[in-house]
Amino acid sequence: MATEDTGEEAAIPFEGKRRKVSSHPSQNEALIFEKSSPGKRAYRLPPLDVPEADPSALLGTSARQDPGMLPELSEIEIVRHFTRLSTWNYSIDLGMYPLGSCTMKYNPRVNEFVSRLEGIAEAHPYQPESLSQGALGILHLLERCLLEITGMDAITLQPAAGAHGEFTGILLARAYHQAQGDPRHKILIPDSAHGTNPATAALCGYEVENLRSNSLGMVDLAELEHLVTGDTAALMLTNPSTIGVFESEIHKIADILHAKGALLYMDGANMNALVGKTRPGDFGVDVMHLNLHKTFSTPHGGGGPGSGPVAAKKILEPFLPTPVVVEGPRGEDGRPTLRLDYDRPRSIGRVRAFYGNFGMFVRALAYILANGPDGLRQTTEDAVLNANYIRSKLEDLYELPYKTPTLHEVVFSDRRQAQKGVRTGDIAKRLIDYGFHPYTTSFPIIVPGALMIEPTESESREELDLFIDAMRQIAREAQENPELVLTAPHSTRVSRLDEVAAARKPLLRYMPPDGAATT
Amino acid sequence: MRYLPKSPSERREMLQEIGAQSIDDLFSTIPGEYRLNHDLEVPPQRGEQEIVEYFRQEAARNATGYTSFLGAGAYRHYRPVVIDALVQRGEFLTSYTPYQAEISQGTLQAIFEFQTMICELTGMEIANASMYDGSTAAAEAAAMARRITGRRRVLAAATLHPEYREVLATYARQQGHDGPATGAHSSEAGALPYDANGRLDLAALEQRLDERTACVLVQSPNFFGVVEDIPAIAELAHKHGALVVVSIAEALSLGVVRPPREADVVAMEAQSFGVALSYGGPYCGVIAAKEKYLRQMPGRLAGQTRDAEGRRGFVLTLATREQHIRREKATSNICTNQALVALMATIFLTVYGRQGIRELAVQNLSKAHYAARRFSEAGAEVLFAGAPRFHEFVLRTAEPPEQMNERLLEKKIIGGLPLGRWYPELGNASLWCVTELNTAAEIESTTRLFRDAPEGILTRA
Repeated sequence: MATEDTGEEAAIPFEGKRRKVSSHPSQNEALIFEKSSPGKRAYRLPPLDVPEADPSALLGTSARQDPGMLPELSEIEIVRHFTRLSTWNYSIDLGMYPLGSCTMKYNPRVNEFVSRLEGIAEAHPYQPESLSQGALGILHLLERCLLEITGMDAITLQPAAGAHGEFTGILLARAYHQAQGDPRHKILIPDSAHGTNPATAALCGYEVENLRSNSLGMVDLAELEHLVTGDTAALMLTNPSTIGVFESEIHKIADILHAKGALLYMDGANMNALVGKTRPGDFGVDVMHLNLHKTFSTPHGGGGPGSGPVAAKKILEPFLPTPVVVEGPRGEDGRPTLRLDYDRPRSIGRVRAFYGNFGMFVRALAYILANGPDGLRQTTEDAVLNANYIRSKLEDLYELPYKTPTLHEVVFSDRRQAQKGVRTGDIAKRLIDYGFHPYTTSFPIIVPGALMIEPTESESREELDLFIDAMRQIAREAQENPELVLTAPHSTRVSRLDEVAAARKPLLRYMPPDGAATT
Repeated sequence: MRYLPKSPSERREMLQEIGAQSIDDLFSTIPGEYRLNHDLEVPPQRGEQEIVEYFRQEAARNATGYTSFLGAGAYRHYRPVVIDALVQRGEFLTSYTPYQAEISQGTLQAIFEFQTMICELTGMEIANASMYDGSTAAAEAAAMARRITGRRRVLAAATLHPEYREVLATYARQQGHDGPATGAHSSEAGALPYDANGRLDLAALEQRLDERTACVLVQSPNFFGVVEDIPAIAELAHKHGALVVVSIAEALSLGVVRPPREADVVAMEAQSFGVALSYGGPYCGVIAAKEKYLRQMPGRLAGQTRDAEGRRGFVLTLATREQHIRREKATSNICTNQALVALMATIFLTVYGRQGIRELAVQNLSKAHYAARRFSEAGAEVLFAGAPRFHEFVLRTAEPPEQMNERLLEKKIIGGLPLGRWYPELGNASLWCVTELNTAAEIESTTRLFRDAPEGILTRA
């Protein structure tokens, strides 16, 4: 950018000092297919101890001669390939991951260890129940812990992720209304909701009705009262909301819904603000999902696996997916024998094969055991303390559109920086240069140019101070050197990628130069 | 609490700097009547050693040290150790969905490699970044076919995994508001019957196809382990303007079984590629399809592009199909999928590669073929013996399979899965799966137990 010619030495535009990171070479690595050459191998099978079958004789026209262009490499090359790729990722293990709504907390290593114990990792879902008592015991204990944490009456662990949990929860609500002979057609969703909420309601065949937030970013009770009718099946509410605010009048919200026979669904994405401090079952929620990969520390793994248990009040219990774990008579060890009950005539049916993402249950339970009641409460308190600390240290430089006290996350807007043309996405990209993963940008949509920050309990004061320092320096850069921010990141392997070109002419698989791909 | 990186004095100082008197000040927006003023009744805080001990004890109450012949949608295969070593790198394990492409190139390139391998294996042109599992992938593929054709009816084979069929029914009931709310999900009504060879009854299919049919959904190899005649099914379906969706529960079959190239959409479970059984999950669904159906594909897609300096890089692309952009108009509500599990599959496929996948598949084929022959020589009847199979087969015995399995358990053998719950018409039938993990010695000792059926029970039905 141009500097004014004042006759004095031109001022060098401000560029912040990066305290958390130094540059460091990263290894180049081609696509695995580009490294392949025929005849290399990384495996050796044991000798076949039965007569070798002739595929063409057994399969006839269904036999395949060549499984396609799969890579051929040695083991060291494979280890290097994936290790090099891994170094191109940011991760919680490297530092703070302040993605609002995503609850990127520490993923304890003991969770990984116990999920790989032989009797757990090698358990087949159809092995006899008498030989599955350990797996059923884990399911059952986790269910009881989650019911206690949520204050609900009944639970299913079957849904594979949060959105899958929403789907299951809304089906429960639907089955309930239909059983009453009162099928309803509308679901109310606040404008501050996650995108999965309206997508789920639509998937379940409901008409989505938008509920505007009030000036505090909360549910507008008058508007709610006006919109809820005998045709409203449920309100899907995130509490605390996506701006981190607890709906103080939650009981009134529940009352308005219940008076018209509608149910209160809670999106449990923000449960990390509540565990051990308050319980949805106590404040009027009828059905909710949890994200074990948020609140209960199971790893995000670059986008899954997740797990989205659904907890509900007694009235919805008959409709839970099959099977459910039930206690039978006590065995020789004095513990009740557990079994899977498939005889549930009013069930909504299955939402997934088998019993859910069991490996995630093991990790979540290990997390709960490591914390105990005191640790769970302290965790929530630290998460809220961290978010409020960031809020207090940044609210002089970044616009805080809603002044309402917040819990585990804080949402600023880019209004001041936008005057220099710097938007939330630019500030986010500049954070990368300072050694942090960006916060969530442009969400919730009720805050134009949102910066949504959730530090979680896993950050030390030292890490928070580095983050605050980076955000303050970027605020100054945005004023004094906006071009620097607009073109960030400057320190990554690749700079901003051309997403428009990617979408216009999608290239979704590797094509060898000689066109040797099988399709 | 050992995961929390703050000292009591740091907490006090931070509260002071915020201007709060106590931590409870920060929770003042929660009405007093709903604030929890006692400890949650969950087990007390435990040290790492106690946690490991608890899970060791539970693990010991599960089956360990058994010979197993179970399959049916969850397959026992050897998992090379580099898979776990690599996916436990924190940069893969503890990263988020790769929306910030500049610092997620590792995950993005790996997904791109996964998509390529899935296309090669399935014979399809595009593949997504993963779905929850094989059952939900099948249900989402059926929904995709409905969107593409604008038709509502899905014809599913009775030999589609029964639990997949239940999931399909749950999803399908949501399409219209007036469908049955509950019950009847074990019903076979409407499922396409199988013929004497255990394959889809083509005559029945032809009869059922009409202008309302969105797709024919078949599993291949099907639940009985039988390979379906996809070209013939596709010819019939396409004649009526319906799509063909092929569900593949055993991905390893593609090492030796011809891919369903005539299909329009393939919904696959990739658990066999290096993913632990883990009592049923997490597994790895994936949807692959013809390129012309790209805009109706659910889930995430990684695509190749360039940065400002012309360097190759990868991004999540075509997000306008997805819930966070389209909200109620999205192709699916799916958000989190199974990225780390897809990475496991990618590493598995790289370890075995072009030769190894075939060699491994041939071993499975050989062992299953051998075991079926030995069990049959011992008096059991192999059903659908005339049809091409991969590594599963249905046995009919005079002795009820539950009773026979009790006998086998005494010798630490877990026998085939009894089928009476889903296919009572087959009589005393059970589904057996033999993989590279089953040795000839295991097959022989099981054969002996077939011969040892109690006095008075002829094994052959």
